[in-house]
Amino acid sequence: MKNMNVNFVVGLFIIFGMATMAYLAVTIAGISGYSGHNYSLIARFDNSSGLKKGAFIEIAGVKVGKVTDIVLDKESFESVATFTFDDDVILAEDTIASIRTAGIIGDKFVKISPGAADELLKSGDEIIETEPSISIEELVSKYIFSSDDDNE
Amino acid sequence: MLSRLKQMIEKMGKSAVDSIESAGRLAVFLGYTLSRLWLFRFPLQEVIKHLQFIGARTVPLILVSGLFTGMVIALQFYDTLIRFGSVELLGAAVAMSLIRELGPVMAALMVIARVGSATCAEIGIMRNEQQFDALDCMAIDSYHYVILPRLIAGIISVPLLTAMFDVFGIGGGYVVGVLIHGVSEGAYLIGMADTIVWNDVWMGIVKSTIFGLLILWICMAKGFFLHIEQKFSGAEGVSNATTQAVVLSALLMLFVDYIVSSLML
Amino acid sequence: MTSVTQDIIEVKNLVSHYGERQILRNVDFSVKKGEIRVIMGGSGSGKSTLLNHMLALLKPTSGSIKIDQLNILTANRKELSKLRQKMGVAFQGGALFSSMTVGENIKLPLKHHTELDDNTIDIMTRLKLELMNLAGFENLMPSELSGGMLKRAGLARAVIMDPKLLFFDEPSAGLDPVTAVELDELILKLRDAMNMTIVVVTHELESAFKIADKITVLFDGEVVMTGTVDEIKQSSDERIQNLINRRPRNDVVDAEQYIQRLTAGQN
Repeated sequence: MKNMNVNFVVGLFIIFGMATMAYLAVTIAGISGYSGHNYSLIARFDNSSGLKKGAFIEIAGVKVGKVTDIVLDKESFESVATFTFDDDVILAEDTIASIRTAGIIGDKFVKISPGAADELLKSGDEIIETEPSISIEELVSKYIFSSDDDNE
Repeated sequence: MLSRLKQMIEKMGKSAVDSIESAGRLAVFLGYTLSRLWLFRFPLQEVIKHLQFIGARTVPLILVSGLFTGMVIALQFYDTLIRFGSVELLGAAVAMSLIRELGPVMAALMVIARVGSATCAEIGIMRNEQQFDALDCMAIDSYHYVILPRLIAGIISVPLLTAMFDVFGIGGGYVVGVLIHGVSEGAYLIGMADTIVWNDVWMGIVKSTIFGLLILWICMAKGFFLHIEQKFSGAEGVSNATTQAVVLSALLMLFVDYIVSSLML
Repeated sequence: MTSVTQDIIEVKNLVSHYGERQILRNVDFSVKKGEIRVIMGGSGSGKSTLLNHMLALLKPTSGSIKIDQLNILTANRKELSKLRQKMGVAFQGGALFSSMTVGENIKLPLKHHTELDDNTIDIMTRLKLELMNLAGFENLMPSELSGGMLKRAGLARAVIMDPKLLFFDEPSAGLDPVTAVELDELILKLRDAMNMTIVVVTHELESAFKIADKITVLFDGEVVMTGTVDEIKQSSDERIQNLINRRPRNDVVDAEQYIQRLTAGQN
């Protein structure tokens, strides 16, 4: 009887501990349980400064995916980012991916502007149209020296 | 004069040799204990018994300390962030500092205070009262029967306690940030969810697992080698050993914390 | 019939050090089967050290120890474990585990080394408790027992596996005379009922004279004499007579050494 009591208390402790750990992992760190129910696209940027692995991807302000990898293409010296989207997000070929900043000093995230083409992007495809990170310093210097618009 | 100097050098040499010896003893102690995992069956019943003491009965302390820690860091961050007009980062700041750093460290300190000291004293008294000799004479392996179950229970308990500490800290931060200072609930929770990645949580788990091992290891060894390391046996020996165990395990814990952080960041 | 007179313990030329200090000097010691042997000596005589060597708790500097034909200094873990299951040890303070009840303490060796079911173990435990006049104390914690009861509980644990060899460290130390006599009776009863060989370490003369078949007197790490109770009583050795008549040692005081001892430990 005494023994059962101990087992019960310890069981409760383990369950409670695992539950808090699961809460941290799933709700807060956003480990999604539905792996396999998402797909990946890649995108090339001239400059992805400030964008980190795990940064989120938004369409119209709604979170639809995450940046899962960022590497350098050693030939073109472009940044190649891998985006992972939820399965039910279907994008057209002429979709635009741009790196934006939340607030002035906030985190970088990727903003997706859906296109209207008939061709759809499949897993592994590349989003051709991209806009790189804009750094505040560049913006500021653009205003001050009012150089020609080389950003387009 | 010269003999004084000689004495001093001798003393320093002796204490250096002593600490190397002591480190070696610690390593052998851990090695012996872990080897029992292969040599004997898994001591499940004993592990459960100690999970109760090390884990379950530490929960109230963890909940209260977690809650207050979360509340105070939320207060501090709120006061700082409001000057920059970025209180929406409060949730992220609280969760980040708890999950990566404060959770593992504070939970480990609580475990040292409650479990480490008690375990060291208990093992030391067992040594004093010849209970380890008695186990030897009954052909019961002390490492397997007494040491290993506590070590395993520590390794299991501390990460779980840390997770509880984190969650209750986040709850404490919610109370101060959202309920008292009126930060929007959405900003607190979503800011948190958007900033924390799996690697942060993983870092907390890795740290706290190592801390669990470290605390029980050091505290048990200090009690176990009471008869070799302490000048006095009896109550004074136990009290000295306990003090040393608490200080040493806390310092080593912070040192390891730095190493793990620098490796994982 | 050789097995009756066989030596169950054979200690030869045992030398032992504690740090720099020599504790035992060439100790020879042997005990026959079925004998009650008392090791007697004042504090610091090395009797506890000798006991610890025979229990394989300490490693000697040199010499050999054979128990039940097994050289315990070279034996491996398995052989030693097997031997120890045939040996019982009752420690001075009982050495019971404070986190378990008296009953659980006494059951421990059975639970570890046998496959007996819980009922049988319970019955065997109660039998031993009855034998030690501890019936009904099964569910108390060791901290709730008196010193004499702790010793008896320790003794119960030592004999739970029905060992052929029993060691008993200071059975009467710290006990009132009545309780001490009870323990002596118990030791005699154990030998007669279970045919054990019993080695008792003590500094109590009365108890030694009462229970011993033979007594070994240790002095300063040396065996002074081994003999029957009468032989010991009639010994002309001054050290033994001092012990028997409770005379203080009258060592010749060397003035220079005395001063040195007093001034040492200053640094």
